[in-house]
Amino acid sequence: MAYQQNLVCFNTFAADEPWSLATYEEHDGYQTWRKVLAGKLSPEKIIEEIKDSGLRGRGGAGFPTGLKWSFMPRDADIQKYLVCNSDESEPGTCHDREILRYNPHSLIEGMAIASYAMGVTVAYNYIRGEFLDEPVPRFEAALEEAYAAGLLGKNIQSSGIDFDLYTFVGAGAYICGEETALLESLEGKQGRPRFKPPFPANFGLYGKPTTINNTQSLASVPTIMRKGAAWFAALGPEGSGGTALFSVSGHVEKPGNYELPMGIPFKDLLDDICGGVLGGRQLKAVIPGGSSCRVLPAEIIMNCTMDYNSLQQAGSSFGTGAVVVMDETTCMVNMLRRIARFYMAESCGQCTPCREGTGWLYRMLTRITEGRGEVADLDKLVDVANKIEGHTICALGDAAAWPVQSFLQHFHHEFEYMIHNSGRSIVADAIEAAA
Amino acid sequence: MSYQLSEDVTKEIDRWTARFPEGRQRSAVLSSLHAVQHENNGYLTVEQMNAVAEYLELPTIQVYEVATFYSMFQTQEVGRHEVSICTNISCMLRGADDIVAHVENKLAIKLGESTPDGRIFLRREEECVAACCGAPVMMVDHKYHENLTNEQVDEILDRLV
Repeated sequence: MAYQQNLVCFNTFAADEPWSLATYEEHDGYQTWRKVLAGKLSPEKIIEEIKDSGLRGRGGAGFPTGLKWSFMPRDADIQKYLVCNSDESEPGTCHDREILRYNPHSLIEGMAIASYAMGVTVAYNYIRGEFLDEPVPRFEAALEEAYAAGLLGKNIQSSGIDFDLYTFVGAGAYICGEETALLESLEGKQGRPRFKPPFPANFGLYGKPTTINNTQSLASVPTIMRKGAAWFAALGPEGSGGTALFSVSGHVEKPGNYELPMGIPFKDLLDDICGGVLGGRQLKAVIPGGSSCRVLPAEIIMNCTMDYNSLQQAGSSFGTGAVVVMDETTCMVNMLRRIARFYMAESCGQCTPCREGTGWLYRMLTRITEGRGEVADLDKLVDVANKIEGHTICALGDAAAWPVQSFLQHFHHEFEYMIHNSGRSIVADAIEAAA
Repeated sequence: MSYQLSEDVTKEIDRWTARFPEGRQRSAVLSSLHAVQHENNGYLTVEQMNAVAEYLELPTIQVYEVATFYSMFQTQEVGRHEVSICTNISCMLRGADDIVAHVENKLAIKLGESTPDGRIFLRREEECVAACCGAPVMMVDHKYHENLTNEQVDEILDRLV
């Protein structure tokens, strides 16, 4: 089946200079913002439209964007902030980098519209430090263009509307993708998540009401406003409106970032869009939404559609749309060990279960891969994961636990084999036996 | 001995503090450290961190704690070109471990070490660098190189002086 691609966030991508203001305006960019400036669109109408569109936060949690916006004390006479989370760092995820590089104006317009709807006059785009060389200058250049065109600033086009947007650059810390850690980082501190409540809508950046949205969520806003909530909602199934950006990586013939309607069957994404499994090998497993999501074996994911409900019913989640494909040659023990090392390294250390538990998980998995594992370790791994899950301030703890629980649930035999065979992988042995 | 920030650096710091409300200059710590580290060939000294604290009128601890928390800041002398090979899941599936082995072998150093001539710092990258569809990936002085082969790695590294 043929799918329409690049309908929203990637809609400028076919142009020669997709990042330029001229290209963006050729694609009807800034139409909605100009309507706002002309006084023809009310904040209430914008929030209503985003609610009706079914847009859910694309950063991983999937919280309804319009509802989040409605939590802001819009009319309170204090400074309020919007912060865009461009700290893209969920392993497997790389599509926000594409928005920043190739369609930065969609994000700028989305942030302007969102800010107006929430009574915000100052916004920051928090971009991860590793993006220093290309995405940051591209976004800054777009900002300059927008200011020069009189689209941003104070009393814009004599509308009485103020909106200033600034870039912020991080410095390497996965935890800063957690929204309150991101706020701490934006205040110039270590990125340690805050205890909630109070929520950012009441006590956010510098203690002021703040909304944090993901890059893709905000970059979707201009097209939703232009084409209408009903159009966007109808692109996907019930509960999963619109398009999503899928970062498909790992063992596929054509890895890439693809903007597709929500609800595309996984097998179509794999075979029609990505050219199938690398080298024509057999599919073993897929992490459907970034490393923090539960892994799904081939026989389950092949019957899923790529949307919130289907993946949740299958026991995983949509996450960030980062689809990590693993073929039959993948050793699931080594894979899980790498994931565990990541969460150990990136735990900020303030909650004991996460700080200590992630180290335990990694050390036990290392013991197994080094041939010193014991059968009792497998229950202990799950036990430690269970003791982290739900017992930490932020979701990093859960994100460290879910891969362990799900890898052991679906691929227990690989772990057992390695323990019984002095650290040899069932996969490596099978390949050797076949040769 | 106290350290004098260069005019380029103070200008850069000023550019950042202007983005934040009055009295919120602490928000500029990360970008200030990026600027100083860039000028100092990839690492920060205590004197430099003290100078940033003084310039931003902050207690030194507020600068130290940022410099030691974020992985992009180095607080010990390292080689002048920073090479980070992504080894996270997507890159691992596409052969990142072989790239690491090749580079370690070629440079005769391990991850986390610098070459004795001070030319290259082979940083241990724990994070995913968000270029997964171009795996395997490495960053050289913040520039991304994607879909790497050993031959391409050689070419890129040999160009560094």
